[in-house]
Amino acid sequence: MKRRIRGASIPVLLVALWEAGGRAGVLPSDTFSRPSDIVLAAARAFADGSILIATWQTVEAALVGFAVAAAAGVLCGAVLGLAPRLERIVGPTVESLRPIPAIALMPLALLMFGFGLTLEASVVAFACVWPVLLVTIAAVRGIEPRLLELARTLEMSFASSLRKIILPAALARIVVGLRVAVGIALVVAITVEIVINPRGLGYGMIIASQSLRPDLMYAQLLWLGLLGWGLNTALSGAARLWPGASA
Amino acid sequence: MKRVPLATGAGAVLFAAVLLVLWQLLADRQFISPVFFPTPSRTLTELYRQVAEGTIWAPLVATALRMFYGWALASLLGVVIGAAVGSSRAARDFLEPLLEFMRPLPASAIIPAAILFLGLSNAMSISVIAFGAVWPVLLASVHGFSSVEPQLLEVCGALRLSRAQFIVKVAAPSALPDILAGARVSLAISLILAVVTEMQASQPGLGQNILLAQRSFRSPELYAGIVMLGLMGFVVNYAILKGEERLLRWRTPGDS
Repeated sequence: MKRRIRGASIPVLLVALWEAGGRAGVLPSDTFSRPSDIVLAAARAFADGSILIATWQTVEAALVGFAVAAAAGVLCGAVLGLAPRLERIVGPTVESLRPIPAIALMPLALLMFGFGLTLEASVVAFACVWPVLLVTIAAVRGIEPRLLELARTLEMSFASSLRKIILPAALARIVVGLRVAVGIALVVAITVEIVINPRGLGYGMIIASQSLRPDLMYAQLLWLGLLGWGLNTALSGAARLWPGASA
Repeated sequence: MKRVPLATGAGAVLFAAVLLVLWQLLADRQFISPVFFPTPSRTLTELYRQVAEGTIWAPLVATALRMFYGWALASLLGVVIGAAVGSSRAARDFLEPLLEFMRPLPASAIIPAAILFLGLSNAMSISVIAFGAVWPVLLASVHGFSSVEPQLLEVCGALRLSRAQFIVKVAAPSALPDILAGARVSLAISLILAVVTEMQASQPGLGQNILLAQRSFRSPELYAGIVMLGLMGFVVNYAILKGEERLLRWRTPGDS
């Protein structure tokens, strides 16, 4: 109980000071809009649905990019994990692409796809594919060799051994990589929106800031914080449900 | 270090070369639009021109400095707050919920707020970098400071070390490996955010160069910029890995 009170004390104090400062006119209203105004702006944005539409645009792009990255990363990772020699040949090329910040590809993606979902999803996919790929390679390589021998003895095709043996055996570790990738996906989607793509929550915040609506901007920032926190909690909850995935 | 067999090494080089040649051929024959994919030779020529004329250094240095300042600020804040939260029960109770809420916030999301306060300035860019890059160091130092070996704690008690002495002499060295690992992640984040803020706030640097090249459809320049950023990411990661090895030489090998 004492912990709860202490933990809540600083945020509550800050908000109270902020509100009081705003009402007394000490804090300039064009940068610090009052907490009560922020709550009002949030209520209005939820009432007319604009914030929900923006949220969906952001989440949609993050999900599409994540799905592409997950599929490509798991598939390529499984192949490279099973063929160490191939991995050594492709490895250096992969390693030289990996340090490129995905954000640096934004202008290129814009040139290729124009504004919209594809632009955002492609940058998200590039950013998310590396953790999935690397974790999958490591996970597949860590599979008990006798299981793979079994697949060979039963003359399974690559597709069925992937489905029946490789994925189930490596899944727990792959999930760890996927979790990392989900977090990256949301961050990259927001970043792309803030810098160039005119859709979603990130763009909403930039526009609110530029049109001197700090209340609306803080409302969206707060909402985004809640989303991120919810995602984080959900992911660590899912990890606990999945035995072995928290490692 | 394991030695790579010659055949595999040659295979790796060959693979990269085949990709490049394929790209060159496709672009030359205009199977893929040279607007999006300029041939590798044009990109390299552009890169060479920039190096020869010396125009590449100014943006490179600007981005590197911005990244470094943001990272240094983040590391300092992270270690100080982390030390407080990691070694004091009260500080943890007071700060943890606030930090837990702020941590999942995408760093780029505070750019609009930072612009309101600081304008399109270098200070805005550095504070956004610091906000985004602080978390790995912060978490690592919380973990490092709170997991000091109990035996060491007992020794400190027996020697009657003051809290400050305990932090400097025992807790900090024992948390150092964690902190350095966090700092490496932070540096990568710093580079990304440096590029993002340059694009958003028109600060000089590689990020702005890439964006300007795209806006004027100078794609060889765009690619040259991406290549430079990739190189920079690689060099930075390598440098800090080496630095980590050096600073941690005192640890017995095999220690986790």
